[in-house]
Amino acid sequence: MSVLVWIEHTPNGPVASSCEVLGKAQEIARQLGVPVVAAVVGADSTAAEAVRVYGADRVLALVSPPLAQYRLSGSVAALRLAAEQTAATVILTAATIRGREVAATLAHQLGAGYAPEAVDLGVEAGRLVAVRSIYSNNLLVDVTFTSAVQVASIRPRSFPFPATCSTASPVVLLDPGLTEADLREQLLATRNTDNGEVSLADAAIIVAGGRGVAQNPSQGFALVAELAGLLGAAVGASRAAVDAGYIPYKHQVGQTGRTVKPDLYIAAGISGAIQHLAGMGGSKRIVAINPDKAAPIFEKAHYGVAGDLFQVLPALTAELKKRLGR
Amino acid sequence: MKIAVLVKQTPDTAELSRVAAEDVRSGQIKATLVINPWDEFAAEEAILLGERYGATSVAISLGQPSAVDVLKHALAMGVGAAMLVDSRALQGGDLWTTASVLAAAVQAEGADLVLTGRQSVDDNSGAVAAGVAAYLGWPLVSAVCQIVEIADNQITVERLIEGAQERIRVPLPAVLSVNKEINEPRYPSFIGIRKANKAPIPVIAAASLGVAAESARTQWRNLRKPEERPQSCHWIEGASAAEQAARLVDLLLAEKVI
Repeated sequence: MSVLVWIEHTPNGPVASSCEVLGKAQEIARQLGVPVVAAVVGADSTAAEAVRVYGADRVLALVSPPLAQYRLSGSVAALRLAAEQTAATVILTAATIRGREVAATLAHQLGAGYAPEAVDLGVEAGRLVAVRSIYSNNLLVDVTFTSAVQVASIRPRSFPFPATCSTASPVVLLDPGLTEADLREQLLATRNTDNGEVSLADAAIIVAGGRGVAQNPSQGFALVAELAGLLGAAVGASRAAVDAGYIPYKHQVGQTGRTVKPDLYIAAGISGAIQHLAGMGGSKRIVAINPDKAAPIFEKAHYGVAGDLFQVLPALTAELKKRLGR
Repeated sequence: MKIAVLVKQTPDTAELSRVAAEDVRSGQIKATLVINPWDEFAAEEAILLGERYGATSVAISLGQPSAVDVLKHALAMGVGAAMLVDSRALQGGDLWTTASVLAAAVQAEGADLVLTGRQSVDDNSGAVAAGVAAYLGWPLVSAVCQIVEIADNQITVERLIEGAQERIRVPLPAVLSVNKEINEPRYPSFIGIRKANKAPIPVIAAASLGVAAESARTQWRNLRKPEERPQSCHWIEGASAAEQAARLVDLLLAEKVI
């Protein structure tokens, strides 16, 4: 038996949120008394090599020429073989776009129950318990499984990034023997949209702007971005700011945007519509900057600054430059 | 070509925080119920594809009798037909139950393309598109932001994943989940609403779709509200923005969050 973790990778290496899952999987596997297998899918074992430092009992490199680039049907076919060969009873992925489609499709093929976007995992009486956050983070529920195989995808930043181990995991190669005819998707083109910005899902710090930038939106978001840049943070936005066209949708935090869980969330000029609060309420520390002391954002905030972002953000940036020596 | 749009009735997002654990357990949600906002993008895309390719469309919902309202919304937007599968006999099912029933409904409608939103705002599983594709044995593309072309019985789409945009082609029939970037859903017109109110909407029992009863593979336990944070907001005072900034930075450094 095993706990099998799918490690997603990009040309930059393993995806951070899948490494987080691999870290937690070691704790789950210890409680179950089974090994952790990190499965990496590709045309060769290059990507698998980079996963060896994260503490898996072994890294299973699923290697076949048609798997050079991610395609759902190919990854699922390879992982299904991995699940069978390692007799996996728990299969975990990060809840990225790919991780969610892989987990669901694989679970279906294995006749398994599936807990999507879990925020915590535990073991009770030798079985997995996955905690899910539902109703847009307004309710929690424990998911238990009646199937032999138990599958869950895990929301990014639910667990800390694992420490690197001094002993590298052994890599085992497995060729699933796939041919192009086994795959259903043609990947015609891939365009990198990663312009070096920190992504909202993986960010430890987010600086977000809202309608408070209205008097000068481009300057307002420039101030947000300057502070974010200084802190290595991602730039977020409220729906109001996105709808007003101040900033693209990919920055939107909230129910119809992204759910985020940073260590620090700085909300500048965001009043705190309930849909926004649902998307960022899980942040460890929340700072709100808003001239209106009655704004709902202050009900969620740990620290409140009653002021105008056009004054407070530059002051904050200047102060941090001084203290951090950057 | 026939497009099936899967739509769900969910609480209004402004009222989600008022939904109690007990309401979810009993299935009696005390909130304004609307069309799942993510599914509006799927309905809009079905209408647009109707204009581009002369495709017909049908909105399918699995839900309580009240879900007929979201089907009316889809019809009023311009989706061609609608069908409700009564969920009341399916208590205790899991997401595979939902997916298998919806897959059977898609098959009964003879659709060759399924569109749905990225997830529902209540269950937040985002797994129904994958489940429906799996039961039908059709290819799945999730997070679609553009339908580039339908030709030669294949569909070409753009989709957004973390850090990249991909152009993918799959054979039809296929299942797509769509993103917010794909379009701007229209508001139902007055004439559309009148037509939708008069349109017949068949209500079908899940059993009549011939779905084999499977026992649920997951169960929900201990449905609860997250613990509320007890402390209130600590106001950062100061005679100037610079003074406030200095105090705030002191606190954040002490907490090691920066």
